[in-house]
Amino acid sequence: MGKIVLKSVRKSFGEVDVIPGVNLTIDNGDFVVFVGPSGCGKSTLLRLIAGLEDTTSGNIEIDGKDATALPPAKRGLAMVFQSYALYPHMTVRKNIMFPLKMAGMDIGEATKRADAAANVLNLTAYMERRPGQLSGGQRQRVAIGRAIVREPAAFLFDEPLSNLDAALRVSMRQEITELHQQLKTTMIYVTHDQVEAMTMADKIVVLNAGRIEQVGSPLELYNKPDNTFVAGFIGSPKMNLIEGAEAAKLGAKTIGVRPEHLDVVSSGGWEGVVGLSEHLGSDTFLKVETTQVGTVNVRASGEMMMRHGDKIHLQPQAGKTHRFGTDGKAMA
Amino acid sequence: MATQSSRAAARLMVAPSVIVLFIWMIVPLALTVWFSFRIYRLLSPDRNGWAGLRNYSWFLNSPDFWLAITNTLLLVGGVLAITIVFGILIALLIDQPVWGQGPLRILVISPFFVMPPVAASIWENLFMHPQNGLFAAVSHAFGWKPILFMESYPMSSVIFIVAWEWLPFATLILLTALQSLSSEQLEAAEMDGAPAISRFRYIVLPHMIRSITVVVLIQTIFLLGIFGEIFTTTQGGPGSASTTLPYMIYKQAVIAKDIGRAAAGGIIAVILANIVAYFLMRSMGKNLDA
Amino acid sequence: MARSVTTQRKVLFTASAWFVALLIFFPVLWTILTSFKTEASAVASPPEFLHADWTLVNYADVWARSDYPRFFLNSVIISVGSTLLGLVIAIPAAWSMAFVPGKRTKDLLMWMLSTKMMPSAAVLIPMYLIFQRTGLFDSRTGLVLALMLMNLPVIVWMLYTYFKEIPGEILEAARMDGASLRNEIIYVLTPMAVPGIASTMLLNIILAWNEAFWTITLTTVNAAPLSAFIASFSAPQGLFYAKLSAASTMAIAPILILGWFSQKQLVRGLTFGAVK
Repeated sequence: MGKIVLKSVRKSFGEVDVIPGVNLTIDNGDFVVFVGPSGCGKSTLLRLIAGLEDTTSGNIEIDGKDATALPPAKRGLAMVFQSYALYPHMTVRKNIMFPLKMAGMDIGEATKRADAAANVLNLTAYMERRPGQLSGGQRQRVAIGRAIVREPAAFLFDEPLSNLDAALRVSMRQEITELHQQLKTTMIYVTHDQVEAMTMADKIVVLNAGRIEQVGSPLELYNKPDNTFVAGFIGSPKMNLIEGAEAAKLGAKTIGVRPEHLDVVSSGGWEGVVGLSEHLGSDTFLKVETTQVGTVNVRASGEMMMRHGDKIHLQPQAGKTHRFGTDGKAMA
Repeated sequence: MATQSSRAAARLMVAPSVIVLFIWMIVPLALTVWFSFRIYRLLSPDRNGWAGLRNYSWFLNSPDFWLAITNTLLLVGGVLAITIVFGILIALLIDQPVWGQGPLRILVISPFFVMPPVAASIWENLFMHPQNGLFAAVSHAFGWKPILFMESYPMSSVIFIVAWEWLPFATLILLTALQSLSSEQLEAAEMDGAPAISRFRYIVLPHMIRSITVVVLIQTIFLLGIFGEIFTTTQGGPGSASTTLPYMIYKQAVIAKDIGRAAAGGIIAVILANIVAYFLMRSMGKNLDA
Repeated sequence: MARSVTTQRKVLFTASAWFVALLIFFPVLWTILTSFKTEASAVASPPEFLHADWTLVNYADVWARSDYPRFFLNSVIISVGSTLLGLVIAIPAAWSMAFVPGKRTKDLLMWMLSTKMMPSAAVLIPMYLIFQRTGLFDSRTGLVLALMLMNLPVIVWMLYTYFKEIPGEILEAARMDGASLRNEIIYVLTPMAVPGIASTMLLNIILAWNEAFWTITLTTVNAAPLSAFIASFSAPQGLFYAKLSAASTMAIAPILILGWFSQKQLVRGLTFGAVK
């Protein structure tokens, strides 16, 4: 249950090739995150899998069967929308039971399932309320509940946390991850937030302009980015990408060093002057104007009493410098 | 959003309306064109045949026709002018800090919901009637002779009645547009040192151009076809003084029972409507997004 | 505004606004007042505002005339009937244009708007003749058809703008939840669209009730609604002012009241969604 394969899936809107061609395998039980900048096609890809858009060419297989021509209702997938898309004229209970009603399930059985889902999501107290009377987080849970009762082959999440405030986002993130551990169903999750991707995913698919840049586990993408795009996208603050003389010294067009992999040393290395400094207590972020490599961001642990105008020396940690060739791809 | 299956269903669902409207447009219009070239009089059913352009030339040579065109344009232009100018003024007034904006709006929009024959009848009998009307009573009070509205000023009277009916529509649209103007824009202008007149000229008026355009377009569509008011009061008279093009066509069709001529008049009306629509769309098209 | 408005200004504006509003409303008010006067009182000179002979006899008289209730009923049947018929045709069309727009949807909507620009007088002849030949002349069915054709563009446009406001995602959710097209419309779309459909109905009943071209030209005795009745009643007699006022008041009262509640719908419907 829940194995999805995309073969040469292409999608164009008129003249525009939004997705030039994607090949991807999602195994049963995976938590896969599609991540990328706005307009990279991640939501489009999700909607193609859901059946809400037709592919221009290519195949989509769900559990070994070709689902390319099937309408969304027949694919056995459940989707949680960014705006939750709850039925405003139905109570929470009716919302959750709706898919079961559409499937023609006996009402007793349906009620049991709905109550079970509500239990898992702490919604039992709200069953008779309307969506308009719920908070954002509660609505989010109702949307998830509606998806759970169907016992689908896979869950599709379309940026579900974007409309929540920061604190709620963090707790909902954890709830969804726990849900995945509990249900063990395949989950495909779309987000533009790479922190969500890194914390939730088993496998991350980085998309750029409709193309897959890299597929891998979070740590794989962090430690071994395939190209400059992935290197610059994963990790916050962004990896410092440096061209010019220093890169040429190592035989590459571009070298990359993450801010957390730059040590502050007393002498040697790259010389610079502190421009901006941000003190969070747990970390210190410095923006340094160096003579050899231009502007770089540095992240130091704990407190560091550096201020605007101070002189500073930076040294990349051993083995933490990434090299990229003229094609942008990582060099061995 | 769309998939093949939903697109097919969609096309099927639009079909009835399109077919109905298409038939409604094509069939009667085609028949009208056909009749306009025929000799066809209900009172002389034996006389039959091809009329060529005779029906059309009858119109073009008839002084009543040119009078009707003039009256039609006067009606449309006059009502537009009155309703928009006063509509803006009244909208501005109601938008001020006043007590009872709700009831005010209800009072102001009422004339629009009075059906045309009743509106015409009220004005003709209760107000403009030379013996029993209120205006006559007022004239007597001042020692003047009462004005014979329907006889001496038939077209103006009709214009007045129609303007009274349509003023609420213009006011309502313009008021809605006025109230959709964010107060922040006006506050910013005030902080920039603009006096009230300038604020009106440079911020309020441009914001309202779009809705003024809509009012002009919509009202023109309806005003070109005004009928009930004329039928109820003057019947196009005295003579043809208050006959508009639609009324003239009606007279030819139902009173003179000359089908051929009425049809020709109808086609001329369509041409006129298209000319007006063309110029309207051109000059106002830029003001609309749609 | 940060500053408070001076009471003086408020009083001045309020007085002016109310003066203008009452001026505009006065003809309606006068008609209602006159309907409650005796005939003698109605034509009294100088006109009597408050010290008239008040009576309800006019209403009784007008209603008791065998014709008036029939005209009233005709108005009701024709306006409600044409609106319902229009809705049946328009709802599917507006649905598909709002939710599955094609390349030509915008053009289609504009074309529908343009059919409203066609002057009715131009098709008077064929309509007149066709109605005569098919027996639809002076029939309620005929008028229901004619008015439905007149108002169909408005109905489609209004529904279209209301449907467009329903979030497409909710319908997608229904699809994902396994709803067939039929179920999607019944269980999700229609309940959410009810306010929009009700508003459209309201406005179109008003427009059909007040229609004064086809209702006059295509009827004589049987199907004539109130518009035709008042139009012919108001001929040269002019003697029975109180009764005329009573007849008029009854003719306009329902729509006047409905209209007071439908200002928003009026704005949206008659501007084809351009102003909301």
